[in-house]
Amino acid sequence: MRVALFVTCVNDTLFPGTGKAVVTLLRRLGCEVEFPAGQTCCGQMHVNTGYRDEGVRLARQFLEVFSGYDAVVVPSGSCAAMVREQYPKLAAGMGATRAGAFASAHGGHSPFAEAVAEVTPKVYDLSEFLVDVLGTTDVGAYFPHRVTYHPTCHSLRGLRVGDRPTRLLQNVRGLELTPLPGADECCGFGGTFAVKNAAVSAAMCADKVGNIVATGAEVLCAADNSCLMHIGGTLSRLRTGVRVMHLAEILASTEAER
Amino acid sequence: MSGTFLGMPSFPKNAEKALQDSQLRYNLRKATHTIRAKRATVVEELPDWLELRAAGKAIKDETLRHLDRYLLQVEEAVTKAGGHVHWASDADEANEIVTGLVRATGQTEVVKVKSMVTQEIGLNEALAKEGITAYETDLAELIVQLGDDWPSHILVPAIHRNRSEIREIFLEHMAEWGRPAPDDLGDDPRMLADAARLHLRERFLSTKVGISGANFVIAETGTLVVLESEGNGRMCLTLPETLISVVGIEKLLPTWRDLEVFLQLLPRSSTGERMNPYTSMWTGATEGQDFHLVLLDNGRTKVLADEIGRQALRCIRCSACLNVCPVYERVGGHAYGSVYPGPIGAILTPQLRGMESPLDASLPYASSLCGACYDVCPVAIDIPEVLVHLRSKAPHGPAERLGLKAAGWVLDKPVRLERAQRLATRFRGLVPKRRLPGPGAAWTDTRDVPPVPEESFRDWWDRTEGGSR
Repeated sequence: MRVALFVTCVNDTLFPGTGKAVVTLLRRLGCEVEFPAGQTCCGQMHVNTGYRDEGVRLARQFLEVFSGYDAVVVPSGSCAAMVREQYPKLAAGMGATRAGAFASAHGGHSPFAEAVAEVTPKVYDLSEFLVDVLGTTDVGAYFPHRVTYHPTCHSLRGLRVGDRPTRLLQNVRGLELTPLPGADECCGFGGTFAVKNAAVSAAMCADKVGNIVATGAEVLCAADNSCLMHIGGTLSRLRTGVRVMHLAEILASTEAER
Repeated sequence: MSGTFLGMPSFPKNAEKALQDSQLRYNLRKATHTIRAKRATVVEELPDWLELRAAGKAIKDETLRHLDRYLLQVEEAVTKAGGHVHWASDADEANEIVTGLVRATGQTEVVKVKSMVTQEIGLNEALAKEGITAYETDLAELIVQLGDDWPSHILVPAIHRNRSEIREIFLEHMAEWGRPAPDDLGDDPRMLADAARLHLRERFLSTKVGISGANFVIAETGTLVVLESEGNGRMCLTLPETLISVVGIEKLLPTWRDLEVFLQLLPRSSTGERMNPYTSMWTGATEGQDFHLVLLDNGRTKVLADEIGRQALRCIRCSACLNVCPVYERVGGHAYGSVYPGPIGAILTPQLRGMESPLDASLPYASSLCGACYDVCPVAIDIPEVLVHLRSKAPHGPAERLGLKAAGWVLDKPVRLERAQRLATRFRGLVPKRRLPGPGAAWTDTRDVPPVPEESFRDWWDRTEGGSR
């Protein structure tokens, strides 16, 4: 099986530790991982901020780079949802343009739509890949800490990963998983929303942080570093002492490493 | 739409102000969480909820696809049943028609059933200009009217008020509009409801003209349907000698059978009840009552022409999306500057009104795209999809445009991203943790900046050959 890592632009630039953790974890589970060097970004920031053309350009690049793999693993629920949920909509939206209408009128889908149909079903969020493709919920990890898990919106309501991440965490030896009140409520990150509507974003995060602190957890875990950057930045500013960690980093931890 | 809210500042500015109102935040949190939980309970108990939702979506889509035909069917059926049908292309036309109809009765007072569309067109204000007083009879609308306030929720217009505020409003203003509140009025909900009941009862018995909207209009029979909780609607629909109903053209359902689906979807999504207390249905004129139906476009055909945006016309105004929205919960309805607040307002208002004003252009961004609204929508309006679609049509500021174009240029080629990353890692020591300059301040006002790593992932991969060295 040819497995490609789409590390995402945010992880690549700011959180390389998450990418390394995915590589470590997947190798430990017997996967060969490739890192296609032509990758940059899925285009979510551009599409969701209203720069559709730039977003589509990045989507084309993504589809080209990741064509031909059996699986593309993404350590970000949001970027995986962008590809799987929003690329098909972008393709459908092109049907509304004259060029798209011409293509469909002449018996066929646009090359973009064809690439979307080929590549996007093979794109998995990390927890989906582990549970559904590798068929495991025990990855042999060890992490002796009290952890609470925030299911980010796009994993929860976009990809519908359900309890896959928490099942993985429950099987980590030494880890005490404590439930997060109001877990399904948005943390307020929302991409450029965090700066365009900074006051609302901060108010949402304040409530999220209150719930996190109330759990008494040492570590807040999520499967998306952009949400964690926002929540973690607030946890740090408020000097709560709670650390944030990506799911991949907890699952990559073993006794040998410590 | 009505000019009522024109000239309001952009959503982020309104929101910032609203966030400082701790009473408002407390009231909203309590109210939205209560309705949210009630809705969840009565939706979860239906094993076929998702099928109902799919049926609701399909029926509305079918209606919208053949709206031209169904509208003519309504006109024919209503006329045949003795009613009069009027067509209004915009708010001014609708207001003119209604004002003319009221004036023709010689009356100067009307009683109103709670109606979103008459607020959309600013009917009360238009009537007032002609010396006609419109009395709101829904309890929450009464609170809003007495308080000279704006509604802030589709279903619960006075959601931003708590009972002690309502008591004060009643004591202070009821006398200006009719029977005063008793001097010993307390803030017990029952006492407040009793005061409103006595105040309104006089109005129902004396007023000769009623004005309503409608939740649904059945095309095959020309039947109008109003769902309500208090019985004030039933009074307004049956007692007056003249009934005028103003209805948006998207409110149609093809057949009587289709109603079955919506009578299940609406109350459960809206008030969190299995069934609403009052359902009134009427076809044309009834004995002793003239009936006029005003069918209103006011931007709807323009919305219908937009392949992605048109799904907003499926909306049945249940307000489930408001009650789950984390943004609405914190800022309330006034910040949206429209009678349609919350997620549905953020996609409906810019489509109906356009995006020329700073407020309307900011509405598609009044969401973190968390998707909770889409999940609860009983007619499966993909609100995040429409928000993103509208964002691509909204005007962008020059600084933002420059920033995103530059980011796009960097991300277009891996080598450019690599160079940008190396630049960032080289100067990583210079990135402040607590105070970013310029637009970055919006981040660091409440959040620390994560440290820039010594090496990007792709450089690590190259250097170590994927970690194998």
